[in-house]
Amino acid sequence: MKKSTVFILLIAVILIALVPLFALPQAEFGGSDDAGNNVISEVDSGFEPIASPLIENILGRELPGEIESLFFCIQTGIGVGIIAFFMGRFYERRKSEKTEKENE
Amino acid sequence: MNRKERRVVVFAAAAALVLGVAPCADAMHIMEGALPASSCIVWGVICLPFLAAGFFSIKKTLNHNRSSITLLAMAGAFVFVISSLKIPSVTGSCSHMTGTGLGAILFGPAAVSILGAIVLLFQAILLAHGGLTTIGANIFSMAIAGPFVSYGIFVLCNKMKVNRKVSVFLAATLGDLFTYCITAFQLAFAHHADTTLGHALGEFLVIFAPTQLPLSIVEGILTVLIIAALESYAKPELRAIGYLKEGQ
Repeated sequence: MKKSTVFILLIAVILIALVPLFALPQAEFGGSDDAGNNVISEVDSGFEPIASPLIENILGRELPGEIESLFFCIQTGIGVGIIAFFMGRFYERRKSEKTEKENE
Repeated sequence: MNRKERRVVVFAAAAALVLGVAPCADAMHIMEGALPASSCIVWGVICLPFLAAGFFSIKKTLNHNRSSITLLAMAGAFVFVISSLKIPSVTGSCSHMTGTGLGAILFGPAAVSILGAIVLLFQAILLAHGGLTTIGANIFSMAIAGPFVSYGIFVLCNKMKVNRKVSVFLAATLGDLFTYCITAFQLAFAHHADTTLGHALGEFLVIFAPTQLPLSIVEGILTVLIIAALESYAKPELRAIGYLKEGQ
């Protein structure tokens, strides 16, 4: 894949992700599971949730927002770390294969 | 357990733990307690054969070639990263992607069902996301239905000689979107007491589908980029798992 293609695709990703943030100044950008719960009470008003989350039962409250974002960063960081580690190994391997061929 | 098997378990557990600590407000997982008991059991039982097939599929892949473990780890890591990114959408709410398309394309849909299942289990226990009662329904939508659609589209496109990058894009995008359609169906199927099944399905689809559409396009693009990088630098591994034919 050409470098310019990769660049254009990355720009497209960033635009798709960020444009709504600027285009919709009034939006709250909450999770859509709350919206899902609202619809449940609309189409099935007699339904009561049959269980509540285990961690909230243990903590006795919802997970604090700052802790949530901490977990998020850890998740992203480890994922990127694994991908970058193996990608780096693959990259170096191809490079050393090339230099070996040139030296022969 | 021999060394290979231990490695699989360690990688899967690492993947599950990491994804498991993401308390994201996502549309994808049906919340704890949000389905009646009968639905929970039915979806759980439906998942069992897929999970068994997935276990044997991963075992076979690694028996065939031990070095595939690197790609398996990368496919798992791709799911962590992709599903940790909550992205604002045109509807004014946030959602995130599944990241399961890459694994389905590389290792087949059954293998992804195992990774997804462990991830969802930990997420439900540690994070109050998804839920233990709804685990079967969530495994079916994210780790079975989506990946199977991705894989099907990829194989179909290959048969029709569609450009491989385009096939990857379509597979990842439509698989992501299909996951959310299944979630809407599962919710509507359980909750249509005050209305018809069709109307309830429409209501749930209206929340999920427009929010997810731009995000699934992003997932498609990112999957194409990582596949392109692997095609440049990891040719031996891609040949070993059969993604590239010998001599390519």
